[in-house]
Amino acid sequence: MQEFIGLAYFAEIPSVLIDVQRGGPSTGMPTRTQQSDLLVAAFAAHGDTRHVLLLPADPKEAFEMSAQALDLADRLQTPIFVMTDLDIGMNEWLVDPLKWDDKKKMDRGKVMTHHDLESGRDFGRYLDVDGDGIPFRTYPGTHPDKGAYFTRGTSRDRYARYTEEGPVYVDNMERLLKKFETAKSLVPPPLKYNAPKATRYGVIYFGSTTAAMDEAILALNEKNILLDRLRVRAYPFNDSVIDFIKSHDRVYVVEQNRDAQLKTLLLDTGKVDPAKLVSVLHYDGNPITARFIVNDISLKHGLEKSAKEAVK
Amino acid sequence: MTWITKPKLHHPKLPANALGFTRRDYEGSVSTLCAGCGHDSISAAIIQACFEIDLPPHRLAKLSGIGCSSKTPTYFLGQSHGFNTVHGRMPSVLTGANLANRDLVYMGVSGDGDSASIGLGQFAHCIRRGVNMVYIVENNGVYGLTKGQFSATADKGSKSKKGVGNPDSPMDLVSLALIAGASFIGRSFSGDKKQLVELIKAAIAHKGAAFIDVISPCVAFNNHTGSTKSFDYVREHNEAANALEFIEGKEEILVDHDPGTTINVTQHDGSVLRLKKLAEDHDPTDRASAISFIQRHNARGEIVTGLLYVEPDSEDLQDRLGVTKRPLNSLSDADLCPGNDALEKINAGLR
Repeated sequence: MQEFIGLAYFAEIPSVLIDVQRGGPSTGMPTRTQQSDLLVAAFAAHGDTRHVLLLPADPKEAFEMSAQALDLADRLQTPIFVMTDLDIGMNEWLVDPLKWDDKKKMDRGKVMTHHDLESGRDFGRYLDVDGDGIPFRTYPGTHPDKGAYFTRGTSRDRYARYTEEGPVYVDNMERLLKKFETAKSLVPPPLKYNAPKATRYGVIYFGSTTAAMDEAILALNEKNILLDRLRVRAYPFNDSVIDFIKSHDRVYVVEQNRDAQLKTLLLDTGKVDPAKLVSVLHYDGNPITARFIVNDISLKHGLEKSAKEAVK
Repeated sequence: MTWITKPKLHHPKLPANALGFTRRDYEGSVSTLCAGCGHDSISAAIIQACFEIDLPPHRLAKLSGIGCSSKTPTYFLGQSHGFNTVHGRMPSVLTGANLANRDLVYMGVSGDGDSASIGLGQFAHCIRRGVNMVYIVENNGVYGLTKGQFSATADKGSKSKKGVGNPDSPMDLVSLALIAGASFIGRSFSGDKKQLVELIKAAIAHKGAAFIDVISPCVAFNNHTGSTKSFDYVREHNEAANALEFIEGKEEILVDHDPGTTINVTQHDGSVLRLKKLAEDHDPTDRASAISFIQRHNARGEIVTGLLYVEPDSEDLQDRLGVTKRPLNSLSDADLCPGNDALEKINAGLR
């Protein structure tokens, strides 16, 4: 699996993977839920890779993002992961009816046609024509003598010719990084909800935590713990995610795994003070509850308050 | 290694096929394999076969795994799309490509290391599913790229270059393909181009999973005394079951002069496989008898070659799945998306 993902990343093969995350590692808790595959998906395969993740909150969003993932895969020519979990994937949910916009068209991305090739356009499978890191491709069998290429998991130049020359390899790896940067503006942006009053505190969460968080925030408001909320919906993170952290003194990061995997991705992405990010972790295999979030944040919020008061 | 690049110019009288292409138009880049490698002869046979059946080079897709054999698709059909995938996993990539566009000819090139060890599961399942393809294993019994360790097809007791005997039983890919349900199975020898070219032509015309095991001696690591995959050993022990002549459907079939010894098998596309029987105890259209024929000869240390099994009325994966005749990658939004009305019905069913 990891080898294939590396191949798809390097040879730039559009592909969609739906990860219904369960309790790991190994067979772990195969009938229980977790959000513990974020890191293995984000950096899947040996060597340097970065992959696009979509983070749906419920079955309705899983439906929408799966369709979007197919378009993004073709547009970005790379694997796209839809990170659901067992709670979303196998439990029964109450969601709004699914809707489809009939005006919507599939996006097959940058594909050179027989006509394009015939008109003399230069075709290099790994040539960055538009400066966004995304090259053009052709479908097999398009043209008798133009547009064929031999792709592979080994390093090659912009015209898909095998090479082990250092600068050519680096050029390609840099372009792949540029493509990942382009992905930031194409993936679903985060959703921000402000607290009733201005606050220095925030919370970041994603996926199936959303419903519990919507409920928890009301209880926290009542306890006068005011938090601005940010639901991330994709990796790579939009710049506004890092801005959100920068504009708050303390940000709780709520996730359903042991090792704070979302926090790791946040710290890897932006220059933010790690001490600002306080993890709220739930990973016993059951879906996270509003009660857990309220209790854990109340405790950690209280500890912070009391520490500050002690300094005074 | 062959380092001298051949000039693009060719003799003006070089024969052209019905498409106006010469044999040179089916060549690829220059091989970087060892001089004398059996694999280069197989590439030459593929070039010859595609030239002779007038196949437009860009209508074939070539796929491979990892290994010496899997490097070869760059050495033939330079105008074809190619994909050198990961070790032992060519079959699933080929299956995907085939499902995306059923109009192309798919040629998978693999080796014994690639298909008989890490890729054994993939090998068996793409054959079981009847993916329409030509699957060639360039079988030399060793891992050449890593300097000559035994592969899973090395015969028990055969000697490595350093003189060590192989203690394990060999994996016979031909027998495995028969059991897995391949509808076309051939075995050949890289040193017998005439036989191999006919087998490749017939396999391309065949619908379904066509498998050809080609014994292809490794001149660097498995061509010594004590090896059962050396040129000398294979020549001495090669028992051809039949002599195949591939006849395209458009050609007129002449009356057989020797009906007792010649079988004509007509494939779904009208092509005829004319088989001159060389072994008395072999019926190439009977799977069970083909298995026992191969096992009997294996036990005697003979390498049977030729067209070992063929199912004339074969079907492929797409037939079995009832896939539309149009290539899936040509379908439009209107073909593929049932729209919001259909979704409303699904919603209603969940209320």
